[in-house]
Amino acid sequence: MPLEMSSKLLEVLEKHEAEVLAEWIKEQIGATTLRPDLLKEGELRAQCTKFIKLLREAILGSNIFDIQRPHWTPVRDMLGEISRSRALQGFSASETATFVFSIKQPIFARLRKSHDKADSLAEDYWNATVLFDKLGLYTAEMFQKSREEIIGRQQQEMFELSAPVVELWQGILALPVIGTLDSKRTQLMLETLLERVAATQAEVAIVDITGVPAMDTLTAQHLINTVNATRLMGAECLISGVRPQIAQTMVGLGVSFADVVTKSTIAGALAIAFKRRGLGVRSLQPSEEHGA
Amino acid sequence: MRLIDSETVAIRQETDLLLVRQLVRQRAAELGFRKLGQTKAVTAASEIGRNTLIHGGGGKMLLQTYVELARRGLRLTFEDHGPGIADVERAMTDGYTTAGGLGLGLGGTKRLVDEFDLASSVGMGTRVTVTLWT
Amino acid sequence: MERIPILRMGEFLLVTIQVDLHDRLATKLQDDLGASLASTGARGVLIDISALNTVDSFIARVLGNIAEMSRVLDAETVLVGMQTTVAMTLVEMGVSLPGILTALDAEKGMKRLRTAMRKGRANASHRQ
Repeated sequence: MPLEMSSKLLEVLEKHEAEVLAEWIKEQIGATTLRPDLLKEGELRAQCTKFIKLLREAILGSNIFDIQRPHWTPVRDMLGEISRSRALQGFSASETATFVFSIKQPIFARLRKSHDKADSLAEDYWNATVLFDKLGLYTAEMFQKSREEIIGRQQQEMFELSAPVVELWQGILALPVIGTLDSKRTQLMLETLLERVAATQAEVAIVDITGVPAMDTLTAQHLINTVNATRLMGAECLISGVRPQIAQTMVGLGVSFADVVTKSTIAGALAIAFKRRGLGVRSLQPSEEHGA
Repeated sequence: MRLIDSETVAIRQETDLLLVRQLVRQRAAELGFRKLGQTKAVTAASEIGRNTLIHGGGGKMLLQTYVELARRGLRLTFEDHGPGIADVERAMTDGYTTAGGLGLGLGGTKRLVDEFDLASSVGMGTRVTVTLWT
Repeated sequence: MERIPILRMGEFLLVTIQVDLHDRLATKLQDDLGASLASTGARGVLIDISALNTVDSFIARVLGNIAEMSRVLDAETVLVGMQTTVAMTLVEMGVSLPGILTALDAEKGMKRLRTAMRKGRANASHRQ
């Protein structure tokens, strides 16, 4: 790797740091992609200053062609942090990547001045472009990962809200489930149910899957595990609303129906739950019907 | 994936297994594992640690912690210089029964962790590596 | 010698496990319970594990052994207060505890024991 190149780039960054910084910040503020509502100038200045510092250290200690090398770790880490915070704040991928791409113009302007030969300048331009493109792409990638993580978390929160555990009666909990279940969501849901059983010391839990059209074997296994775990804790878990398809999946798993108490309706399960708790339902006498 | 920390615990007697459990619980909690994840990690460590002690004649556990962009990892490596496992298939499938099954019980342990690796040669020893991610 | 205390409560034996059990301590508990059952003639054993946040296959096996041993000595065993995460972990490992009664807390546990003991007595008198 031509040492001359990194020293020219370094020279620009060292001798003209203040100017590059000022122009770079101006570029970002001027770009229609900066969001003054989300990012303040003072914060931006701090980020840019730090970036130039880390950039200089990285170039000094290593070549500029492989940004995966350990010397580039602080730079990558910083870009990762910026990506994450901008993703959280609601910036778009290109708005975020502008951070890197907009440094090119001020740097190139000064590279041109520091060269007297046209062909060596062309090579420098090329190498610098490759470097900043790599860094920009890395930023965009990290942004993408952060966005996915944020979305995943939001989805989780929504799932938790969509399958609430309700107390039907003292000591009887119910979890009505709607929609297709995937393994991850099921696990989380059932965990919550068990925790509520422990918290309320409910002796019976009813999982109603009337609203579940289909289930894969992994999810069915989670359901059966929940029944067994409840038993180990000292309570009982009934399953209601089992459709024929799902019954087949369970049979396929080798579940003997002696182990799992299932009912076709939640009402049926509730009747069993009442019995377990030593309770019954009776019709009121006419005299009892009136009143508060 | 970046390695944060590395520590070793000798497994030479029964009470060392208590240390193993305590340490794994502590590190798992520090890494941000929820209670279920912590319990799985400790239980897996207890199972494999016991094998190391009883079948392997003693050895050690290496505990490593990792950090990635979106998650943290806990890696436990158990090593012994014991007789080794002749039939790995059987060791993995031997189940637990309260009727006193003698299985090494690794099949069940495998279900608790995210990554599982077993290397063993007869007369040389055994190494089991498990990893859990938050 | 370190040991888990066994309390006598009427016709029950009560054990509360509050420490992380190492293997020898668990086996000692099994032996001690056997001796206590034999000497007191108690018909029920209540084991409170609400403080245990790890139960591995060895401890599970000891608990199963205790239940079996108790039955031979004409007593029933109930396991009380297993933590949620412990239950989930055991189930995922494929460990079952057949033949052992469970309950959410000590009060419910004793109720379950009494029911089981009554059944046991009924069976015994049938056998005569």
